[in-house]
Amino acid sequence: MIQLQQLCRTFFAGDQAVHALDHIDLVIARGEYLSVMGPSGSGKSTLLNILGLLDGPNSGTYRLGGVETTTLSEESRAGLRRQQIGFVFQSYHLIARLSAWENIELPLVLAGEPPSSRRSKVNAIVQRLGLSERATHAPHQLSGGQRQRVAIGRAIIMKPQLILADEPTGNLDSVSGGEVIALLEELNREGITLLVVTHDDAIGARAQRRLKMLDGRVHADSGPAQPLPGADSPTHLPEREVDARP
Amino acid sequence: MRALDLFNFNLQVIYRQPMRSAMLLVAIAIGVIAINLLTGLGEGGKRYVLGEFDFLGKNVLIILPGKKETTGGMPPVTGETPRDLTLQDAAALKRLPMVSDVAPLIAGKAQVSRDASNREAFTVGTNRAFFRVRQLHIASGKALPSLPLDQAEAVCILGPTLRRELFGTQPALGEWVRAGDRRFRVIGILQPEGQGLGFDMNEVMIIPVASAQALFNQQGLFRIFVELRSLDNLAGSRAMLTNLLRERHGGEEDVTLITQDSLISAFAGILDVMTLAVAGIAAISMLVAGILIMNVTLITVSQRTEEIGLLKALGAPESTVRLIFLAEAGMMASCGAVFGLVISNILLFVARTVYPAIAFTTPAWAQIGSLLLALLTALLFALLPAQKAARLAPLEALQNKRAA
Repeated sequence: MIQLQQLCRTFFAGDQAVHALDHIDLVIARGEYLSVMGPSGSGKSTLLNILGLLDGPNSGTYRLGGVETTTLSEESRAGLRRQQIGFVFQSYHLIARLSAWENIELPLVLAGEPPSSRRSKVNAIVQRLGLSERATHAPHQLSGGQRQRVAIGRAIIMKPQLILADEPTGNLDSVSGGEVIALLEELNREGITLLVVTHDDAIGARAQRRLKMLDGRVHADSGPAQPLPGADSPTHLPEREVDARP
Repeated sequence: MRALDLFNFNLQVIYRQPMRSAMLLVAIAIGVIAINLLTGLGEGGKRYVLGEFDFLGKNVLIILPGKKETTGGMPPVTGETPRDLTLQDAAALKRLPMVSDVAPLIAGKAQVSRDASNREAFTVGTNRAFFRVRQLHIASGKALPSLPLDQAEAVCILGPTLRRELFGTQPALGEWVRAGDRRFRVIGILQPEGQGLGFDMNEVMIIPVASAQALFNQQGLFRIFVELRSLDNLAGSRAMLTNLLRERHGGEEDVTLITQDSLISAFAGILDVMTLAVAGIAAISMLVAGILIMNVTLITVSQRTEEIGLLKALGAPESTVRLIFLAEAGMMASCGAVFGLVISNILLFVARTVYPAIAFTTPAWAQIGSLLLALLTALLFALLPAQKAARLAPLEALQNKRAA
């Protein structure tokens, strides 16, 4: 599903070139569950941003679902983000003036879905995430764990292939953090490819495949996991063709 | 993004910042109000001035004694006073084939009294044709009788205000009034009407022209109204009238001919320019509103940078982001403009109520124009900030550190 070849991302701090990603080669199969760990500045967030098409590499190639993304226009990249990628951020990035329900609905609204089909989709997700009683609450009326669940709801409402989670438990206590991770793992078992960037060894260790990054390189890779015990259970998310057009 | 969703999305933004929204709304409303009020004043003034000439039919020319030089400057210092216009001139004009009628006019102030009631009244000496030319209507009694121009008769017609002041509630028809050292019998009362060319027809006393010559001891006419049979060949008719008077005045062209058209077009031209100038001044307030819109939108874009980053991360293309900010400005402008239109129409209504003589109304083109101008200004000035928002790189926007 994801193929990185000789991918480099360099930032310049004054005259000093900082190689945030230094010739990365990486292949991720559909349905994998990866954790990316490493010290600050090791390039793990940069990797996540490039995988999420929020940032582009200086050189190298990135194929997502068979589409070479480095040559795409920003509009096409926006289209891929909309259709294929769900983000979960450490700081949630919920819109404060919108209710939990409306935050989850937002990607559908931006995509121009008719209200009738939006309603059933959002209701299904709200129920699944156990947010039914909180649906009309504004983000500031929700606990951290609830906010992150809203953010996850928003990330999966478009039925993406890939979820990129950047320190999803970073702002949470261990109980709600555990719930959030459990939810993400449940989605992974349904077939979504899951990549979690984390500082937390315990959380990182839960992934089938563990990457350790250091100085912009993949320092250690536990390698593609064996087929999961439950991988033969039916996937809830249909396979979809890659559509690069917005 | 669907139009209704866009509308709701922006509505929430507008509600969330009531101060900012109210400020923009008021700025735009003031621009619209300024345009409408000033255009309303200009239009009202124009109608008022043009209404002053309206009493004259289009086929009526006015002849004034003396040559009015349109180029301005001092009158000639040769010491020659222009020859008077005489009743004989009027009679000669009437004999021209294209002239259907003439109305000579002598005007002056006379002391008019009846028993103890006594006042100074504007007195007009003329003939029966004047009533038609000047479109005066008789409320009761009758107009001046048809008389040879040089025949005096001791009859008069009173304006309604003058009649009330002299007679109160008592009947006036058939009664006598004294003007100067003469007496006139009241044979008619005018219908009330508005002002025209500076005299108030409600306070006038009308008597035969020969009687007025005797009353004021003056032969020269104040002016002659000439009614033409048709408007065809107006220039030719003018030339014939001028020639006739030149011959009669010893070869000297010492009269001025005015048509209603030339008067109106001269004034209308000036007044149109005034209205436009005033509207232009008002448009400057719209420009100020526009700059305010740009400022506020720029601030909004920087306050909502993180949100813009999120929208982009969720896959919103540049066009959607741009549309969101343009639509917000457009919504505010429409709202403010409608608000401004309502307020300005209320103010104009109040102005009309207080000064009923002047028709303060804003023409439809100005109302619609001010609305469109407000919208256009908003979109134009929001375009730059909206473009800035649309072009933000998703990652940098998202990382703009602000707590969610």
